[in-house]
Amino acid sequence: MYAQQVKSTGKKVVSLEEMSPADRDFQERINRGEKIEPKDYMPAAYRTNLIRQIGQHAHSEIVGQLPEGNWITRAPTLERKANLLAKVQDEAGHGLYLYCAAETLGVTRDEMFEMLHEGKMKYSSIFNYPTLTWADMGAVGWLVDGAAIMNQVPLQRTSYGPYARAMVRICKEESFHQRQGYHIMIKMAKEGTEDQKRMAQDALNRFWYPALMMFGPSDNDSVHSAQSMAWKIKMNTNDELRQKFVDETVPQAAYLGLTIPDENLQWNAETEQYDYSEPDWNEFHDVISGNGPCNTERLGARRKAWDDGAWVREAMMAHAEKKAQRKAALG
Amino acid sequence: MKPLFEFLLRQGDNALVLGHRTSEWCGTAPALEEDIALANTALDLIGQTQLWLGYAAEVEGAGRSADDLAYLRDVYDFRNILMLEVPNEDFGRTVMRQFLFDAFQVPWLTALCESADEHIAAIAAKSLKEALYHLERSAETVVALGDGTDDSNKRMQSALDVLWPYTGEHFLQDDVDNTMFKAKIAPLPVSLKPEWESTVRSTLNDANLKITDSTFAHSGGRTGFRHTEHLGHMLATMQVLQRSYPGATW
Repeated sequence: MYAQQVKSTGKKVVSLEEMSPADRDFQERINRGEKIEPKDYMPAAYRTNLIRQIGQHAHSEIVGQLPEGNWITRAPTLERKANLLAKVQDEAGHGLYLYCAAETLGVTRDEMFEMLHEGKMKYSSIFNYPTLTWADMGAVGWLVDGAAIMNQVPLQRTSYGPYARAMVRICKEESFHQRQGYHIMIKMAKEGTEDQKRMAQDALNRFWYPALMMFGPSDNDSVHSAQSMAWKIKMNTNDELRQKFVDETVPQAAYLGLTIPDENLQWNAETEQYDYSEPDWNEFHDVISGNGPCNTERLGARRKAWDDGAWVREAMMAHAEKKAQRKAALG
Repeated sequence: MKPLFEFLLRQGDNALVLGHRTSEWCGTAPALEEDIALANTALDLIGQTQLWLGYAAEVEGAGRSADDLAYLRDVYDFRNILMLEVPNEDFGRTVMRQFLFDAFQVPWLTALCESADEHIAAIAAKSLKEALYHLERSAETVVALGDGTDDSNKRMQSALDVLWPYTGEHFLQDDVDNTMFKAKIAPLPVSLKPEWESTVRSTLNDANLKITDSTFAHSGGRTGFRHTEHLGHMLATMQVLQRSYPGATW
């Protein structure tokens, strides 16, 4: 997901009886389905966890601009160029809503940027993979946005009000992006030339397992997940969401005439879902710890943009101050 | 080449080349808000390109589409002014270029709204709404960055010094312009110079920036006679898929 392996307190979930009265009230509000708002009481760990989760999500949006931005200048038609530009612009917008949601918890956007640039905050592993052909714009929309939607739709009901409201807007746009990506795949895999079909299959081959990794490792035993689920800042287990994604995606691939790169993939009549192979979790841990194919480039690009833009931000601030002073001088 | 077709290419190529250059910023602007604004400007310009080149293709009547014109012409068939193909360099030059262009586009599109060619008048009316907003934004940003700090002032002055010699090309006049003028399709560009100059001088004055005394003007873009070396690289990137996979649809 866009927030993978968000570290929590690491402690077991505390029962209602063991909680302080304030924490118990808080947990009972959540259990009743009430929304927590910025000025409401919240345990420090809830706040910290949410900052990490929303921050990771926000960073994923803006780092996620890069692999798709890589193809804006090479989009094959004016319409595709406009669509891709609009999509990447939406992602910047999502970043903005999410940074604003995180700011309500007492951390500034600049502080979060700094933590991203210093490697103290993460973004989704998926954006450390390269986009090599135009079919990747289809695969990213179809699979990556598709996987993101699986997680984000339930997050519209998350316990923290500003986060839930941001997710409502984001989800509307994400499902549009997914359709747009799938349309690129239809054009190439179903209606395209032999070259285009090869490109489409190649993109699926490269993005299938990284897309499955987006949901994070199996979390049945994870204390992080258990606490986040009790707080309703995580609504489903990673495995539930991954299974849902596989079940929805397999028929879509079949319609495109593409083969999912998994020999073990088959329908299980008993469980009424697909059996599939786990991704290579060693690769996942490599990517998360900085050794993915594009980690250095992605973070380097973000840092460069930030450093190159410093003079602009300083000048804007200086101008605003001068303007205010001139206004004050005029009385 | 039919004069009307050539005229429409000039409009469409300006929008396409500047839209493309602006889109190069995606994901790397100085602040998230600027990233969104630059993408917005690029989107407007690509939208305008579709309209101008769509009509150009229709006027040409050779069975080509707007995409064919954008993706399958080489450098010598492009008709944008040179200023727009000059690389972005930094945010300062990008904003200055946008401003110098917007300051022309607003009176130009305003005049084209009265064109005897209804199709042109309609495209101009739609594009003008966008250009007005672009001008408001680019002028404000030029003033902010010119006025901001010593460093930002120096950078904006250097952007202006580089771009100024490219601004004169807007106002050059040739047979295409004369034909459009006679047919009441478009005014002579030079007739808009006073308004352009007044916008430019007052904004640059507010920005504490000095215009060089030189009146030299680079030319060769809007006639297609001699583009800069930069356009070929831009087209190599932009056209790669259409050139590599002829006949494929995307």
